[in-house]
Amino acid sequence: MASLGTADQVASSAAAATATGGRPRPEARKQLKGRGTNAWVAWAFLAPFALVFLVFLVAPLLYALYLSLYTKGLATGERFAGLDNYTRAFTDPSFLNGIWFVLRFTLVVIPVQMAVSLLAALVLDSLTSRFSRFSRLVIFVPYAIPAVIGALMWGFLYSPNFGPLQQIFGDSAPFLLADGGLFAGLTNVVTWQWAGYYMIIIYAALQGIDPAIYEAAKIDGATGLQVALRIKIPMVSSALVLILVFAVIGTLQFFTEPQVLRPISNGGITADITPNVYAFNLAFNYAQVNYASAIAFALGIVVFLGVYIFLFATRKRGGFLK
Amino acid sequence: MASLTGCGGGDDGGSGGNASGGSCSVPIVNPDATQVSVWGWYPNLQKVATNFNNTHDDVQVCLTNAGQGVDEYNKFQTAITAGSGAPDVIMLETDQVPGFALQGGLTDLSEYGASDVQGKFSEGAWKDVSSGDAVYGIPVDGGPMAMMYRTDIFEQYGLTVPTTWDEYRAQAEKLKAAGGPLMGDVPSNVPAPMVALMQQKGAVPWEYDAANPTDLKINLNDQNSKDVLDYWANMVKDGLAGKQDQFTTDYISGVVRGDYATYVSAAWAPGYLTGAGAGEGADAGKWAVAPLPQWDPANPVQVNWGGSVFSVTEQAQDKEAAAVVAKELYADDESLKDGWVNQIIFPLNTSVLTSDEFINNQSTFFNGQTANKDVYIPAADAYEGSTYSPFSNNFYAEFTKEITAMNNGEKTGSEAADSLQESMETYAEQQGFTLS
Repeated sequence: MASLGTADQVASSAAAATATGGRPRPEARKQLKGRGTNAWVAWAFLAPFALVFLVFLVAPLLYALYLSLYTKGLATGERFAGLDNYTRAFTDPSFLNGIWFVLRFTLVVIPVQMAVSLLAALVLDSLTSRFSRFSRLVIFVPYAIPAVIGALMWGFLYSPNFGPLQQIFGDSAPFLLADGGLFAGLTNVVTWQWAGYYMIIIYAALQGIDPAIYEAAKIDGATGLQVALRIKIPMVSSALVLILVFAVIGTLQFFTEPQVLRPISNGGITADITPNVYAFNLAFNYAQVNYASAIAFALGIVVFLGVYIFLFATRKRGGFLK
Repeated sequence: MASLTGCGGGDDGGSGGNASGGSCSVPIVNPDATQVSVWGWYPNLQKVATNFNNTHDDVQVCLTNAGQGVDEYNKFQTAITAGSGAPDVIMLETDQVPGFALQGGLTDLSEYGASDVQGKFSEGAWKDVSSGDAVYGIPVDGGPMAMMYRTDIFEQYGLTVPTTWDEYRAQAEKLKAAGGPLMGDVPSNVPAPMVALMQQKGAVPWEYDAANPTDLKINLNDQNSKDVLDYWANMVKDGLAGKQDQFTTDYISGVVRGDYATYVSAAWAPGYLTGAGAGEGADAGKWAVAPLPQWDPANPVQVNWGGSVFSVTEQAQDKEAAAVVAKELYADDESLKDGWVNQIIFPLNTSVLTSDEFINNQSTFFNGQTANKDVYIPAADAYEGSTYSPFSNNFYAEFTKEITAMNNGEKTGSEAADSLQESMETYAEQQGFTLS
């Protein structure tokens, strides 16, 4: 899955904010605003980030947008194409099938990831032994392993010749990188990689709940299950929404695992399996930088729309944009 | 990224002209000479480049390993698009040459004395690097195809060495009936040998001349191509050939285990298998090699899979010097011998192909068989050359899809040929080619 870069920081600060009981008080905000004379200090602090942001994010984006408006065939020169590349993208079966694949993938992998991470977080939260700290670390470790290494490792585990599946099932072992097994195979890799990270976010949110609430629940005779379902889960719902947004964005940009596993998939993973893999191959294998930029932007549009609709739909549940 | 600047030439337009040479992977013997930056990945290139530097006063090679195959091509593609960052001389597999030449990435060497060395190569080898009168690379090594087979499996099941594809199938059926392993393998991830096998039956998939770069003729679904694809699709369907991707650990472990009685491959395959750990220990001496089975034994046709060239890039600043490197790097006796003795290359240079030592070499991998004399040299000599696709990467990606569909029983070989033709025509038109 695509690395979320700065999103990680957002995650930890958001989790921390939840953990310490929410947003800064309005009075504090007012105070900051009042010191207009010291604005240059704020700019000075912002400058390093702003510079990197402009040079490495905004400028490439604008350049890609510019590229996407031109077209260049292998046998023809470059010419202005307007939105032709976008019309082509949204009628290109490779792109549309890729979008369809990641949408289906999103629908399957995200509930699985959420369920696993939520369950792990709830269990760890209710344990207080030394074992729980160790388990927390172990569940988090896959996230610390680079995605490429993780994918390579799973490639070996899935091997039909010497993987553990083959040793258990013999010749009838399922091959999890092609045909019917591909979907399950990739779901497993991605869940393994990300569930621990999401677990930490939920866990941090759980730790921020005032224990007095549990005591009150206990006095009222609530069972452990009731506490989990009625108190804990509703109280970390904003963390869950945050995770969902990360997961949706990340999954729609699915790239690393299919790219790494493609050469050993016996044709199961194609060069256009997801829009990002397709864009990569267009740019670096097929010499179609312009069209690749258009694909990347078209994907961006789809992701933006998807996330916007999602946030709009969840805004009343105390989403993290509130 | 590091490798783009690895030669200290990344920031001055890719020319290795600066004198420091500190980041070259081989020592510069004559610091005053013109430096030419070279990308390549063969394991003995450091030795080869050192040999070159020791024997040249005016030109020195600054070698960088920018990754093997696709990794290097992606970097080169980026450099072409960016207009800077390419090396002066680059090692390319032969089927990549037309695509990069079409994009204006490579220099036509006919203007830089390519004809001086033309006599050192067979006509077929030279045709592979030329397009009309233009020459876009100097051959280093090739891959005349042959059929490698496991003598232990052939003995155990009483098989005879097939000389035609009909016999090959008959032996495969016999092998299966006796409960033996698979006869061969049809990988989807490397379509290049399948193209060669189609050409063997007479298919001419691509007709293209760099002199008229917008004219293209695609012929992937003629009867010959269909016959060959149907043949292999049926081999898989009938359980006579596997569908395991090659150049993978899984394939090698299958080879070592004796899952395949034959490996239809090229002259570099013994080196590849040895490097991957096959043919050693308990497996030592089990392989032998025979000429590629034929469709019409009265008119045998030899084909080629793989091989590499040195090309001069259009971004090279001193093209004269770069052309000297392309022509003379890996062309001296010492380097060539190091290459073939260590099974790194099957050289195309006739100075080797006609040397007694090479002809009579008894291959350890083939248990003392004089494989060069018996199989590979005749195959290389009879190879007539071919025209590769001007967009090999896209072609292979689509062909991979079709072979996968064939292997999964979703398409017959003929159907795969038809849809491949269709997708290639669509793509070519999109790219501005005029189809004839």
